[in-house]
Amino acid sequence: MNKIKLIIEREYLTRVKKKSFIVMTILGPILFAALFIAPAWIASMEDTEVKTIAVIDSSSVFLNKIPDTDYIKFKYLENTSLVDVRKGFSESEYYAVLQILPSITYEPTAVHLFSTKQPSFAVKNYISSSMEKELKNQKLRAAGINENVLSSIKSDVSIRTIQWTEDGKDKEGSTEIAMAVGYAGGFLIYFFIFMFGAQVMRGVIEEKTSRIIEIIVSSVRPFQLMMGKIIGVAMVGLTQFILWIVLTFAIVAGVKTVMFPEMGTKNAQEVVAQDMFSGENIPEAQQVIQQQQNMQEFEGIFNSLKTINYGVLIGSFIFFFLGGYLLYGSLFAAIGSAVDNETDTQQFMFPITIPLILAIFVMMNAIQTPDSPVAFWFSIIPFTSPIVMMVRIPFGVPYWQLALSMSLLVLTFIATTWMAGKIYRTGILMYGKKINYKELWKWLRYKY
Amino acid sequence: MELLRAQDVDKRFVNHLALDKVNISVPENSIYGLLGPNGAGKTTLIRIITQITAPDSGGIFLNGRPMEPNDVHNIGYLPEERGLYKKMKVGEQALYLAQLKGLSKRDALKRLKYWFEKFEIQAWWDRKVEELSKGMQQKIQFITTIIHEPKLLIFDEPFSGFDPINANMLKQEILDMKAKGATIIFSTHNMGSVEELCDHITLINKSKNILEGQIDDIRNQYKSNIYEVSFHGEPEKLSNSLNEHYELTEQTKLNGKNAVRIKLLHETNKNELLSLIIPSVEILSFNEVMPSMNDIFIKVVNENKNK
Repeated sequence: MNKIKLIIEREYLTRVKKKSFIVMTILGPILFAALFIAPAWIASMEDTEVKTIAVIDSSSVFLNKIPDTDYIKFKYLENTSLVDVRKGFSESEYYAVLQILPSITYEPTAVHLFSTKQPSFAVKNYISSSMEKELKNQKLRAAGINENVLSSIKSDVSIRTIQWTEDGKDKEGSTEIAMAVGYAGGFLIYFFIFMFGAQVMRGVIEEKTSRIIEIIVSSVRPFQLMMGKIIGVAMVGLTQFILWIVLTFAIVAGVKTVMFPEMGTKNAQEVVAQDMFSGENIPEAQQVIQQQQNMQEFEGIFNSLKTINYGVLIGSFIFFFLGGYLLYGSLFAAIGSAVDNETDTQQFMFPITIPLILAIFVMMNAIQTPDSPVAFWFSIIPFTSPIVMMVRIPFGVPYWQLALSMSLLVLTFIATTWMAGKIYRTGILMYGKKINYKELWKWLRYKY
Repeated sequence: MELLRAQDVDKRFVNHLALDKVNISVPENSIYGLLGPNGAGKTTLIRIITQITAPDSGGIFLNGRPMEPNDVHNIGYLPEERGLYKKMKVGEQALYLAQLKGLSKRDALKRLKYWFEKFEIQAWWDRKVEELSKGMQQKIQFITTIIHEPKLLIFDEPFSGFDPINANMLKQEILDMKAKGATIIFSTHNMGSVEELCDHITLINKSKNILEGQIDDIRNQYKSNIYEVSFHGEPEKLSNSLNEHYELTEQTKLNGKNAVRIKLLHETNKNELLSLIIPSVEILSFNEVMPSMNDIFIKVVNENKNK
């Protein structure tokens, strides 16, 4: 046991001390943080230049009807022809000229936007959607529907999902949150298996090609060496993930307070609310109701975040995380031992990659229908269960299924580790021979 | 006293028999040569002794009892194909390997310090292995093999990669260890070093050991009754003095000295030969030509091939 500890220690320390590990540990969170911050940043960077758009409305339908926003202003020109504007355009303050022809009420293409450069998509989009709304309102009014009716027609549906738990309580959940959590968990496991499984494999190949293995196996059992490596690398992976999570939060929090001090939660909600209603002329009272509804939605999300069973979730995440890694890690080690260099690994990588990729596909499906037979079976089969089960857990999985899946996973990784150990101990001392599956099968049956 | 015995060891790989009823008996405090052509099964035998693989049948006995997994702590094994972690620092690596042999960190450090000073490589402690020459790496491998002062040492082609000076130093260390009571198994093709170092040998060919014993006995057994005579005088006179019981096998002239090799045929002895040639030339020296291990090796292996 003492030797396994030594091996784990070496595998762990040499990897953690590597420059690439340190670089990845620092770079990872920056990339993750960028992923979180970039959208907010880009949103805040949204064109703050005020654009004035001249409107020549020969239909007179939209006169003063297109609402200004903070950055897009409309100036309605009367008795001015397009030709006049064009002449003085370069000296004028105008960003573009919007020409609306009288035929607009029945001809959708009767609108033109002139500018010296290509107008931005946001501007174009804003104009077209505002005009559509205005036209619609006008048509409704023409049909005799008054404004009060109009605003009362505006409907919103937001479904709150409540789970009846077995102990008779109600639990509010959010399908979206469950999806996001499941998705993140499944992907992390997939990523972890591939990234660190490959590290195990490379480590074994390195030991084999440098022939240090010959020296080490005279004082350590090959199985100890293999397990030491697998566990050591797993610890490297866990260290990296924990550092990533901590650093990512630290960076996100730090950047938020430095760069967007005004962006509290309340503000964010208002921004969302504003976005939703911008361009609509909704009476004050309505807006308040809307806002309340929005608040409720947020509360719902926070509530459901609170009501996810974190004990089960985190517990099973760690379990499937390690279980899946151990299962595949030993297979990766076996592959590494069977080949002389990394380029020869292709043919053996194939059968390992297939179930993992399959698991990712099933995961996509399971997110939509977590209780479908496909999702069920793939969350029980050990080679795909770590990834698929992770997606199902946030939606609630019966304990017997969880127990079945976990025990099958444990049994399978014991079996694969045992098999891998047999292949490994023959493989590490075998050089210069092209290995095929038939050969591996023979190694499995060797007696030691 | 016998330290190690391999008894009827069989090992079969899928397509061939690597060891076929091999028996060896290594006396305590001896240097035991394990000889044989490439692919004869030497490395397989060593791997069975070091418990890296197990025999299909037969057994290995240490001090008369079957060997146990923990016995590897009493063995130091320097494999033929040997390497080190290239990216690791020399000192860290030596410490790691020493601890894997069961030494505590403190003991390991103390002993490593001693050996690094002895081999004058202290300056390399913090260097990466990939910066070292092959000979330098060999020294480190050698140190980590003997660091736990095992009772049984197994060297597989230890001299490959060493320059003559370092090879000599290594030879001296091996003899020192024997003097301190260690038993050494020595696998090599280098017959010169076998003659210099080994007390006992076994010759393995095609999975079987075909010759075993004390090196002097074996050489006596294979001597061919040839004597070398160097002399002043005319070679013709000497050859004329020989009768049908003697055969002149070789005649050379070196630095003004003549030398001949004469084989004794039939039931004659060297005194009779001497009395025959003394009248004809002035004899400078008279020696029995002992077969070299190289000759014996080739002879035995070839005889075996023809069987």
